[in-house]
Amino acid sequence: MSIATVIVYILLAVSGFFALVGSIGIIRMPNVYNRIHAETLCVFGGTIVGLVAIAVFQGWSTFSLKAIVIALFLFFTSPVGSHAIAKAAHESGEGLSPDAEVDRLEEAKE
Amino acid sequence: MISDFLLVVAAIFFISMIFCLIQAIRGATMFDRVVSIDALTALSVGILGFLSLYYNQEIFLDIALVYAIIAFIGDLAVSKYLSGRGLEE
Repeated sequence: MSIATVIVYILLAVSGFFALVGSIGIIRMPNVYNRIHAETLCVFGGTIVGLVAIAVFQGWSTFSLKAIVIALFLFFTSPVGSHAIAKAAHESGEGLSPDAEVDRLEEAKE
Repeated sequence: MISDFLLVVAAIFFISMIFCLIQAIRGATMFDRVVSIDALTALSVGILGFLSLYYNQEIFLDIALVYAIIAFIGDLAVSKYLSGRGLEE
């Protein structure tokens, strides 16, 4: 078993673990903003790590190039989408959790 | 050897997709549903990648890229459309 195969196994295990933890977090979290946290865990720890594992397994080819392109695309667009949803939720009056102490966006609007 | 492990990880992703679908159905507000559907599309992109390696079909990755782009555009459109409205459905 070569060193690349060991890396692929480790990355795949990490990817499955984070996908499961993120989706359980989406169910368990109480709030939209906390759910966005868990969703980011799903995307980054699950999907992007899985695509990197595919690219490492394939070596240098167009196959791995496509996997890297998808991983980079998700890496740059997933935070943008999460930010847009959070801003829309805040503008619609979705409240923060009761434990939150400051709301900088609300202060900046005034 | 590695293909069995790929199928196991794809099954774990599928279970995670079922959890996201449950949350999308019972979500309290519409933003909960949007976030759950976003996570569901990202997980399905991962499953498409694993299946492309399992069947050795490179074309699945093209479909995954198009699906990721559509999910991103849908995110922005939905958040632009819903911003400033009330929380009632």
